[in-house]
Amino acid sequence: MADISLKPLIPILDELAPKGRTALLPALQAAQKIYGYVPEQVAAIIANRLHVPLADVHGVLEFYALLYRAPVGKTIIHVCADPVCAMAGSDAILKQTSRTFELHGKQKDKTLTVTVERSPCLGLCEHAPALLVQSSPLVQPETYTLRDLVTGKGKKPRSIVGGDISILTENCRKGQITWLEDYKIQGGYQALHKALQMKPQEVIEEVKASGLVGRGGAAFPTGLKWESAAQSAAQPKYVVCNADEAEPGTFKDRVLMENDPHRILEGILIAAYAIGSTYGYMYIRGEYEYQYQVMSQAVDEAKKAGLIGTNILQSDFNFELELRQGAGAYICGEETALFESIEGKRGFPRVKPPFPTTAGLFGKPTVINNVETLANIPYIIHKGATEYRKIGTEKSPGPKLFCVSGDVVKPGLYEVPFGVTFRHLLFDLAGGIRNNRSMKAALFGGAAGAFATEKELDVRLTFEDLRAAGLPLGSGVITVFDETRDMRDVLLRLAHFFAEESCGKCYPCQIGTQRQYEILQRVANSSTLPGDLERLQDIGWTMTDTSLCGLGQTAASAILSAIRLWPELFKKH
Amino acid sequence: MTNEINLTIDGKEIAVSAGTTILKAAKSAGVDIPTICYHDHCTANALCRICVVEVEGARTLVPACIAQVSNNMRVHTNSERVVRARRTILEMLASSVDLSDAPDIQRMLQEYQVDINRFPEAEERKPPVIDDNPMYIRDYAKCILCWRCVQVCATDAQFTFAINFSGRGYETQIGTFYDKPIPETTCVFCGQCAGVCPTGALKPKKQWLFEQGFSTAEIVQLTRFDRSANSQRR
Repeated sequence: MADISLKPLIPILDELAPKGRTALLPALQAAQKIYGYVPEQVAAIIANRLHVPLADVHGVLEFYALLYRAPVGKTIIHVCADPVCAMAGSDAILKQTSRTFELHGKQKDKTLTVTVERSPCLGLCEHAPALLVQSSPLVQPETYTLRDLVTGKGKKPRSIVGGDISILTENCRKGQITWLEDYKIQGGYQALHKALQMKPQEVIEEVKASGLVGRGGAAFPTGLKWESAAQSAAQPKYVVCNADEAEPGTFKDRVLMENDPHRILEGILIAAYAIGSTYGYMYIRGEYEYQYQVMSQAVDEAKKAGLIGTNILQSDFNFELELRQGAGAYICGEETALFESIEGKRGFPRVKPPFPTTAGLFGKPTVINNVETLANIPYIIHKGATEYRKIGTEKSPGPKLFCVSGDVVKPGLYEVPFGVTFRHLLFDLAGGIRNNRSMKAALFGGAAGAFATEKELDVRLTFEDLRAAGLPLGSGVITVFDETRDMRDVLLRLAHFFAEESCGKCYPCQIGTQRQYEILQRVANSSTLPGDLERLQDIGWTMTDTSLCGLGQTAASAILSAIRLWPELFKKH
Repeated sequence: MTNEINLTIDGKEIAVSAGTTILKAAKSAGVDIPTICYHDHCTANALCRICVVEVEGARTLVPACIAQVSNNMRVHTNSERVVRARRTILEMLASSVDLSDAPDIQRMLQEYQVDINRFPEAEERKPPVIDDNPMYIRDYAKCILCWRCVQVCATDAQFTFAINFSGRGYETQIGTFYDKPIPETTCVFCGQCAGVCPTGALKPKKQWLFEQGFSTAEIVQLTRFDRSANSQRR
């Protein structure tokens, strides 16, 4: 450690230092790229240059799972152990890679030092079992040796996209990235051009008229959000694209980013124009390194083409966009936690109100939208709200992306109009259940969701129908389990996920996710104690009713739904 | 603006000025709402959720320490839903840390008829006592993560920034930069952190020694503070 050279870090810090604390995560990430981890003296220099207290730097380092303050292996392998990948055998891979690592360790083969970590969902569910080797996704890892993996061999995943319509996924089925030239040939950035001819309020009216609601899970009307931020008096205003996709089972934003980056950028630019923002951020989950690279290149293209910067398309509209990478924290998908993270802090969610449209990023009016939400915008502006509303149902207009994975014949991303039935999605599009089995359950909405059974096959996939059926649409996740699956193991993994990802701020979630996990360990081991079912319910209701943010409020959702459906699972076997 | 807000708390009709929290409004009406993390001189963060109350029409329970009153609000501070949540939070807290030095919480455990053994086989947080300076000890087995110490050390009072958090979720602890002993941090030994600690997790070292039966002479000897050594640190 004594022979650490600070030379390569200095120019980076020279560039970042004027930004102050907001540059803390980028500085730590840059340091880690150089040194493999963040040595103490490096952390101290970063603290000094960015004017962040030492203890606060420590707090940030400790919060994010992808930041290390002690040396780790030269190669880091993340193996997903959440339900979809577990069903595809990720436990065996985790065990095998871990064991091989030990063998190499004994041989002191330093070139092969490997750190293997159990990871939360990597957003590669259609390719399960998935793993990341030095941030690069690999599929079918079971067919490679550890040496292959470490030396960069292995099959890279390609998007699997289908569906009834292709409005959002038009460019996601080609097997290649749609760069600026192609995007423009297909009419790309015409919506931005059109928006710039309109008054900002007219753009907002069009989005309101479209009936678009947020696709990240909360389903808040997008136009109202924009209007609220536009009407806020404070300056400056920010647009933030939430690309911190991490809900287990969700991979839609990953597919959009890695295939069609400009559609998202166009959506961000139109949002910025509508609310009067000249600076924005796109916060991409840390595990999506490849998608970050694609978005970075797209931003560079857009800057060169005069689409980002000053006098965009010869108008008086100016806008700069900064890409940020997360560092391994599911909670940062919560909008206020994401702001904290951009501000260089631990990703603790804030109390609301105030809401982001009045006091968001840096305390200023902020519109924060999900990737898929923003991908809808170019179509809405280009074709108009009336045309947009022809897709979907009266109350749920537009196209919707569904991430279907688990025990289906064709896992993948499916674009459908709102209103098709679950049966259609599952059987006509995803090919039905694997191995001619029947379905035991489908988890709607991810870890924070609820289970559906065969009884719900004919439910229409709309906000209104799903609400009536007691199922969340969430971020459009449907994870399918066949009749042979042990649901106790599924629940254990969901509980593990929340115990790992709770930020620890409010008591009910901080302690409740841990206690819930402990009881589900007993359930999975058939060693339940008398009263465990009631304990689970008390924890679940308390977390739901009193937690500070959406994570805690939904951390028991799937488990409570399983208790209603299969109470026998929670009795001693 | 001194707008008057009319609301009812547990059926009592009251009027308070706009911007008042439910906690303070209730207090003015003689209704006691329990709090743990809340402190009059610290930023309220609504962490412990013990002060949750039921507000008619709200989807979830509402933390009284930060939620502000609004016109025609109907608040229930002791409904079945509220009591169940408070009891469960207290039971979970009792299963996690040593509350023996927290008299206020002890009274709450009684009042809410808490079964302190509600969660058997639960992993407790019990790190060893940290005795690394002559002024105070840190016994994080008693820490309930109310954040008061971190806040008074930072922008709520002292602007010293000696402590922050380690870990996250259930594994969260109060920590220093790279786990350094307190004398190697920016700590100025103002003692405010120990002053606001509600559970005895932070305690003057003299008191800690006294409680363990040390004599006055021994205590003086064990807490001698080498100021010249300290002044050389930044």
